[in-house]
Amino acid sequence: MTNPRLLPYLLLLPATLFLAFFFIMPFVQVAWMGLSADGALSLDQFRTMASHWKFQPALVNTLLLALIVVPMQLALALGMASIVTGMGRGREVVLYIWTIPLGISDLAAGIVWLAILDQTGFLNSALYSLGLIPGQVNWLTYQSPWLLFAAVIVAEVWRATAIMLVILVAGMGLIPKEYYEAAEVFGAGAWQRFVKVTLPLLKPSIQTALILRTILAFEVFAVVIALAGTNLPVLMGETYTWQFAMQRRGVAAAYALVILGISIAFTVVFLLALRTREEQRA
Amino acid sequence: MKRLRLFRALVAASLATGISVGAGTASAQELLFWSTQANPVEEAQAMRDQVLAGFDGAVDFQPQEEGPFMTRIEAELQAGSGQIDVIGALHGSFASIPDGLVDLTSVVDGLSSPASATYVELGKLGTGEQKYVPWMQATYVMAASREALEYLPEGADINALTYDQLIAWATALAENTGGPKFGLPAGPQGLIHRFVQGNLYPSFTDSMVTKFRSAEAEAMWGTMRELWAVTNPSSTNYGFMQEPLITGEVWLAWDHIARLANAFNERPDDFVAFPSPAGPTGRGFMPVVAGLGVPVTAADKDASNRLVAYMMQPDTQVATLRATNFYPVVEVALPDDMPDSVRISGPAIAAQSASADANPGLLPIGLGPAGGEFNQVYRDTFERILLAGHDIRQVLDEQAETLRTIVGTAGAPCWAPDPASEGACPVE
Repeated sequence: MTNPRLLPYLLLLPATLFLAFFFIMPFVQVAWMGLSADGALSLDQFRTMASHWKFQPALVNTLLLALIVVPMQLALALGMASIVTGMGRGREVVLYIWTIPLGISDLAAGIVWLAILDQTGFLNSALYSLGLIPGQVNWLTYQSPWLLFAAVIVAEVWRATAIMLVILVAGMGLIPKEYYEAAEVFGAGAWQRFVKVTLPLLKPSIQTALILRTILAFEVFAVVIALAGTNLPVLMGETYTWQFAMQRRGVAAAYALVILGISIAFTVVFLLALRTREEQRA
Repeated sequence: MKRLRLFRALVAASLATGISVGAGTASAQELLFWSTQANPVEEAQAMRDQVLAGFDGAVDFQPQEEGPFMTRIEAELQAGSGQIDVIGALHGSFASIPDGLVDLTSVVDGLSSPASATYVELGKLGTGEQKYVPWMQATYVMAASREALEYLPEGADINALTYDQLIAWATALAENTGGPKFGLPAGPQGLIHRFVQGNLYPSFTDSMVTKFRSAEAEAMWGTMRELWAVTNPSSTNYGFMQEPLITGEVWLAWDHIARLANAFNERPDDFVAFPSPAGPTGRGFMPVVAGLGVPVTAADKDASNRLVAYMMQPDTQVATLRATNFYPVVEVALPDDMPDSVRISGPAIAAQSASADANPGLLPIGLGPAGGEFNQVYRDTFERILLAGHDIRQVLDEQAETLRTIVGTAGAPCWAPDPASEGACPVE
């Protein structure tokens, strides 16, 4: 009979092996590719990456995009989760409709918004039929980088808010109703209940949602490619270009390590800032 | 319990059938034809149904994008074994893997109809062996809708335009038709780098590499800024010019003949094709060569050679033209029932290469895997000068540095229109 103390580790073994093969080994290989040149440890790849004219715009655009999109989505998701939690009948239908974007790939989402915002797309048709524009307006050109940015923000908010919504709805469901009843007894209004009861007890879920969404926000790629092509450089897009168009794996690996670096940095920030002490947990 | 046993039996049976079917398919001696050409769905289907159907043997034609294409070939070469039997790609892709290709001199010698000598020479990749057999050729031309012809400047011969006349024409279109109607394929999938390498540089500087940052190049980019001012800004989204031509967004365009073909086929009476314009140092254009190669890791090299020889037969070459709009490299009389795109682009291609001031800029030779980076230099120069508005002199100096490093590391000697060089092609 197997030693019962070993049982948990044996049960974890298949998953550990899977992770080791398909995550850790490739990760080590990519890290080596990014930190070496001609077989020796070197920062050449990072130097090449940083001296390219698109590196800084890509870094700035990616960070700015994440900085704008994630707080917007957090606020929206909190609002949507509150609505859903407060609903009685029809809760499942609304939740289902709001999580439909989760079921499509991000490239498909990008193409959907391209169909809306294109010169011959739905937005122009609607505005023209309302008489608001004299003819076709080209929203998505390189001449209007801020419009491109706004288009990507709208598409990303539409596509990815559901990720945070799902986590927050689950978290809100765990908050016992007694706290709200007690708050009502003490005369707290709806907003005060939200700020003093819901938010603190939701901290672990918010932490999870923020970490997940921020990491994904730094990897934004398909939506940008669909809407802006190469007119809006982002880190992931540059990684793709260096790997496939220019066949320079080392520099692409360096970009990947940069994305990893900022993801880790922000994860640590969220872990520290949104720590919940033991006694504060619900 | 009985149900459980029945269930187990069913699972085992389906697994066994699956495995045997899988094994059966693998042993059917299918040749894997790995290609970057004929990637669009209609072209791939035409390749399978019309071109490869006549081969006595099974062929699995698998086209894809350049990136995954190259990654798999390199992986198989590194591993020393693989499934790919025949490779179909542009000259530049073969140039990155010269050591992984089988010598195909016997195939070239055994051709019933000889292939163009220039391209056979190109297929040697600078070595003594035939690394790839030239398969089909194409080039880049200009296209215009008949509505645009009304605004052609006075006295301009459409088959012998200059860049100044082109700018005047595009300006007339922009002013009189409600917006800029000249388009270039400057999108992520577009071939704008070939426009800069094959059209602009040979026409204005009589060079592609050596005079990259010369005073003539600076003047050229100044002229290009004038043309860009009357170019449709959506050009940064265009990959294939046939689409905006068909929708009417663009009335005047430059692109690869295979990327204009749909426009010619769908509305043959509405479009014309004509040669690229000429600059101070000639009429620059770039001829494109696609080839067939056999990797050293192919299982049955005789079968691969037979497939390559089949693709080079005159009938197959004509069928390939119908399927992909790429022209034959062997001497063949074209039948009368070719599609409209062939009928329309054929004379433009002939006029372009036969023009008195023709100054072709060839595909790079000897750059190896640095071909992509080489193209990116020209693309970056285009983006920085025209889209980002950076100072021309500064951009040319910086990009010339990058170009020098790339060509120097690869050790590639100069190619047309640059004069032959000793060692790596210098950037003056």
